[in-house]
Amino acid sequence: MQPKTSFFKAMFAVVWKDLIAELRGKELISAMLVFALLVIFIFNFALELDPKTRSALTAGILWVTIIFAGNLGLNRSMSVEKDRGCLDGLLLAPVDRTAIYFGKSIANWIFMLIVAMIVLPIYSILYNTNIISPALFLVILLGSEGYVAIGTLLASMAVQARTRDILLPILLFPVILPVLIAAVKASAGILSGFPFSDLQTWFNLLIVYDIIFTSVAFMVFDSVVEE
Amino acid sequence: MKAIIEVRNLIKRFGHKQVLRKLNFSVQQGEFVALLGSNGAGKTTLLRILSSLSKPNYGEIQIAGYYLPGQAAQVRKKLGVVSHLPLLYGDLSAEENLKFYGRLYGLSDFQNHIEEILQLVGLLKRKKDLVRTFSRGMQQRLAIGRAIIHDPEVLLLDEPHTGLDQDAANMLDTLLQEIASRGRTVVMTSHDFPRVANLATRFDVLYKGKIHSSKLAKDLPQHGLLAYYQSIVDEIDTGGGIQDAA
Repeated sequence: MQPKTSFFKAMFAVVWKDLIAELRGKELISAMLVFALLVIFIFNFALELDPKTRSALTAGILWVTIIFAGNLGLNRSMSVEKDRGCLDGLLLAPVDRTAIYFGKSIANWIFMLIVAMIVLPIYSILYNTNIISPALFLVILLGSEGYVAIGTLLASMAVQARTRDILLPILLFPVILPVLIAAVKASAGILSGFPFSDLQTWFNLLIVYDIIFTSVAFMVFDSVVEE
Repeated sequence: MKAIIEVRNLIKRFGHKQVLRKLNFSVQQGEFVALLGSNGAGKTTLLRILSSLSKPNYGEIQIAGYYLPGQAAQVRKKLGVVSHLPLLYGDLSAEENLKFYGRLYGLSDFQNHIEEILQLVGLLKRKKDLVRTFSRGMQQRLAIGRAIIHDPEVLLLDEPHTGLDQDAANMLDTLLQEIASRGRTVVMTSHDFPRVANLATRFDVLYKGKIHSSKLAKDLPQHGLLAYYQSIVDEIDTGGGIQDAA
């Protein structure tokens, strides 16, 4: 036995743990999925849009759904660690704490993408419009990365508070606004059939925010989880 | 004997409330120290600082030759921590929980080691079962397995008997005696006097954030822990003051 933990070994251990636990419990994905589908249904029946308006609003509805469902997942992902004291168990390990952050982030990202992949075809059927495309998938990939990067950090902060369920969206939504705007604009452009060159600004913005959010989280996670 | 834990002038405040007041505390290698004291005396705070989960406001802490908080990662390799919460994942099996923590502690090729640990804590036959199906006693035994998976030099236990029935507590005591007999240093907080009396080699009483008094088990008359503790409480009640005994 060699008691030396590499960054990646610790990170993948956290990802493995979260995936196995979710595979067994199915609490997080099922909650996110049910919530996402409910949001889509509610929008569908509440707005009763004509096909033209519906097409214009698709990107917005899609991202609101993903963001709200993601918030639920982020909250649950960290409260599982807190409720049984497991966060202390993670912090007691002789590893770089950012490995724990990246492990949690990657797992949250995977869960969000799984939910998005299920939501897209259901949305297409329900709204009678085909929104499945590789370019849209790329926007979801980039947008959700930025969202979980800062969301996991803020969830780690909010989980220490008694009002964590309320605190996370209050902290997260204002911060995530630039990513949300870029993701909605890029998605709307793709769904309207604009060429990639017209949308490059929004893609660049998503990439820049992903880098900024990930870097900030990398730098401050250790202080955030410190008592 | 050399001190494996050395704490000098430790101060910890939460806001304006000072929980630890220039506390001095020393533990020799291989000792089994029971930290006693009423609620709010600072026992859990002291253990959380020793385990690097909380930072002190002032003071010098050395564990196994490393300083806290500066060398926390090195200290964590030397520590095993058990609290009244099991720090285990309910949706993972006993074996998977140990595998996960083994990976976090950088162990490799540790399948046999996991089996040994599960054998030691009496859960080998339940290794594939999910932890959420375990009783509180079984979870606490597995929590000890988790804490010793990397063979730590020091084991810190915060009220490990909380919520256990007699049988589970007896099994836990046997397990702790087994670990202590391997030469590991143990520091445990507890309110269960009859149990700690049979386990510890030294009893330290915390009062208002300081070690009020310290007594070796061999210096106590048989079944005398409660009387010793009561005499200290009486002394405190009659205004006996606080001295640094450690």
